Amino acid sequence: MFASVATFALEGVDSHEVTVEVDLRRGLPAFTVVGLPDASVREARERVRAALLNSGCEFPLKRVTANLAPAHIRKAGPSFDLALALGVLAASQQVPREELSRYAVCGELSLGGALRPVLGSLAMALGARRAGYARLVVAVEDAGEAALVDGLEVLGVPSLDRLVDLLCGRWRPSADGPDRPRASREEPEPDLADVRGQLDARRALEIAAAGGHNLLMTGAPGVGKTMLARRLPGVLPPPSFDEAVEITRVRSVAGLSPGGLAERRPFRAPHHTISPSGLIGGGATPRPGEISLAHHGVLFLDELAEFSRPSLEALRAPLEAGQVEIMRGQRTISFPADVMLVGACNDCPCGRLAPHCRCTDSDRARYARRLSAPLLDRIDILCELDAPEFSTPTAYGAVTSPPGEASEPVRARVREARERQGRRLEGTGAGCNAAMDARLSRTHLRLSPGARSVLSQAQAAGGLNGRGHDRVLRLARTIADLGASSRVEGEHVDEAFGYRLGSSARAAA
Amino acid sequence: MTDSCATCLRRSHLLGHLAPRIADLLARKHRRVVPGMLGLDDEELIAAVAGAHAGEAHRFLETFDASVARRELERMGVHAACAHGSAYPVRLRDLRDPPATLFWVGSDERLASLTREPAVAVVGARRASQYGLEVGYSLGRGLGASGITVVSGMALGVDAAAHRGALDAGGPALAVLACGPELAYPRVNRGLHGRLVGTGAVVSEHPPGQRALRWSFPARNRIMAALVELVVVVEAAEHSGSLITADLASELGRSVAAVPGRITHRGTAGSNRLLREGAMLTRGTEDVLDELFGPGARAGPDTPDPALETLGSSERSVLEQVEAGRGGPDALGLELRLSAAAVRAALGRLEAVGLVVRGALGAYERTAR
Repeated sequence: MFASVATFALEGVDSHEVTVEVDLRRGLPAFTVVGLPDASVREARERVRAALLNSGCEFPLKRVTANLAPAHIRKAGPSFDLALALGVLAASQQVPREELSRYAVCGELSLGGALRPVLGSLAMALGARRAGYARLVVAVEDAGEAALVDGLEVLGVPSLDRLVDLLCGRWRPSADGPDRPRASREEPEPDLADVRGQLDARRALEIAAAGGHNLLMTGAPGVGKTMLARRLPGVLPPPSFDEAVEITRVRSVAGLSPGGLAERRPFRAPHHTISPSGLIGGGATPRPGEISLAHHGVLFLDELAEFSRPSLEALRAPLEAGQVEIMRGQRTISFPADVMLVGACNDCPCGRLAPHCRCTDSDRARYARRLSAPLLDRIDILCELDAPEFSTPTAYGAVTSPPGEASEPVRARVREARERQGRRLEGTGAGCNAAMDARLSRTHLRLSPGARSVLSQAQAAGGLNGRGHDRVLRLARTIADLGASSRVEGEHVDEAFGYRLGSSARAAA
Repeated sequence: MTDSCATCLRRSHLLGHLAPRIADLLARKHRRVVPGMLGLDDEELIAAVAGAHAGEAHRFLETFDASVARRELERMGVHAACAHGSAYPVRLRDLRDPPATLFWVGSDERLASLTREPAVAVVGARRASQYGLEVGYSLGRGLGASGITVVSGMALGVDAAAHRGALDAGGPALAVLACGPELAYPRVNRGLHGRLVGTGAVVSEHPPGQRALRWSFPARNRIMAALVELVVVVEAAEHSGSLITADLASELGRSVAAVPGRITHRGTAGSNRLLREGAMLTRGTEDVLDELFGPGARAGPDTPDPALETLGSSERSVLEQVEAGRGGPDALGLELRLSAAAVRAALGRLEAVGLVVRGALGAYERTAR
């Protein structure tokens, strides 16, 4: 007797269909799983047997062979439990077989027969819709996330006996199905109003947010670099529905999903001791790295100069392409990695404030050299933060200075600037100014005569090469967008020059 | 033009022929400097350096055909003048071991005028600091604008910066090479070589085609020292070639000047030692002019940096603050009552026109121009 059940296996942030075939034969009672299962899948036999018996079903006293097709791909993890159990039930005619072809199922089983959530249920739901299944059975905890996919009936089922009832027509999950739950209220997003002073850095942050530019902040410890970076997701426009689904999908694959749609842009701040595969993803079963977890959000690298060179070099290609590609055997798995990169580093290796710092110029130069040049190449804005001078009464009086501008008006300006870019760049494939390539930045920019003269002056002074030219223009375009100007004026180019990365290698002539 | 008698021409080519032998000899003795060897006459020179190859060297002398060599010079566009010729720079005669023939690329009249004008050598480290490069450039520019011939060795670093400064000011510039004058060495300076040939001159004691060898650099330095009235050392570590130039210059009775460097910086230990030993302390073009012509006798060139002319008032005040080394952009904004955007725009403009330079970690510094 034979039955087959559809389930889905994770592959990166996608899933591919796996058919679980179960065959019952007369012979010595045995339960064999074939089709490249790893140890965790072979262990499913014990869970399935116990769960069946504890749910009031029978485990057939026959020779049971289960095959996971396609048989050439390795299977890992406990998400095949439910499909195996259902296959055994269907093959032994404890549930009707004809109903099964419309269902896909994903879930881990407890020995008692309860359904447990799995990683990446959203990705599996997307796979099920793509494969044309009408219904997807998942654990109750996964239902909210899986229900984000339209055109698929998601059934959140608490246990195996409920599933049997469902298939026999004796039970339905609550009538309107799992509603589309919002993420549970997290702590409020930090607000820019907490940052006092730092007008220049706030401006840099706003420009970075408006154009999607990568940003590097330098300054003594404690001046507010991390504080500012944490507030960047809050001034970015909230994610669109599609973006939110993508964010949720990656989080769910990594097991970080709180069980609903992500409403906020992620902010990831990995420690500088992170390995390259921790940063961009990897492992025997590839898992997303920090850059993918920051997808559509902010990847903040504090102490940028302390990250290992291999880690930083690994970031180059993903930053360029907006996705990570990992080769495993003959397959390439890709993770999304469209992030804004924010780096921060001290202005000297010891990290002490001016009077206490004993670093020599050569110490500083060596420290600066640790910043990987190819990575700096992806950064459009360099902003140096001052140590606050509490002694000057006009500046930063910690108590007297008023709170800074709140995030809300900044976000409004950023949104407006992004809308301008969206209109201008419609149909070009670039979503924001930072994504413009050399060709786009030449065709989509209108320069005033003033702007042209600033550029030619800089070229004559020898301080501007072709690549630098494009970067300055992209940034100037964003500054003009913030100023609601359709043309790039001289002052916009000037300001863009002010944020340009320092070049210690620029010779005197 | 080839204004070189057959004997002198033969001597210069003999030196070229023996160049690898000299290199071997010095390598065996672990020395860099040719001790008076270049002042020996042909026979003595062969005896001193050729060793087992003496016969070969004699054959070279016997078979040397000056007319062939002249045609070759003509073909390569290289000029030559021997010590007996009128085009030979007079100042070279001060040397104990003057080059038998001076080869050069560039026009005849230009070499004559370049060597007639007062000349100053600006030399320094190949691996110079940003500051050293800026000072080299600004000295070259200031001296060039005052009509002083700027002499240097076209090496990387300070030498090239000084040449560029002089050429940018439209001033007379002269390079002395350690290889044939038509060869752009080092290769990265071939653009500079072209500019020097175009509006200045490139000279050498080596016939065309001769490659640079280790010993030919200190030997070249004696020609630089002889050609000028004053040598300015911009940045030199201990045992640097620039110090050889300075020593040779003071032996020849030329003045030696140096630009002070940080006492903690190894790259300027040599130039600082020169100052300690009595070299003239140089803070810029004015100091050099005072030394050459007496205090105040000749004012510095009235060439305000054209970049300064284009600045607006807020840019000027930001520049003043950067020069004074005050604060980051926030402090500047508060001090000058400018918005963050305006401060950035001013800093950006100043950087774009080359008046300030931004370090890798963002701090701004005034450039030395």
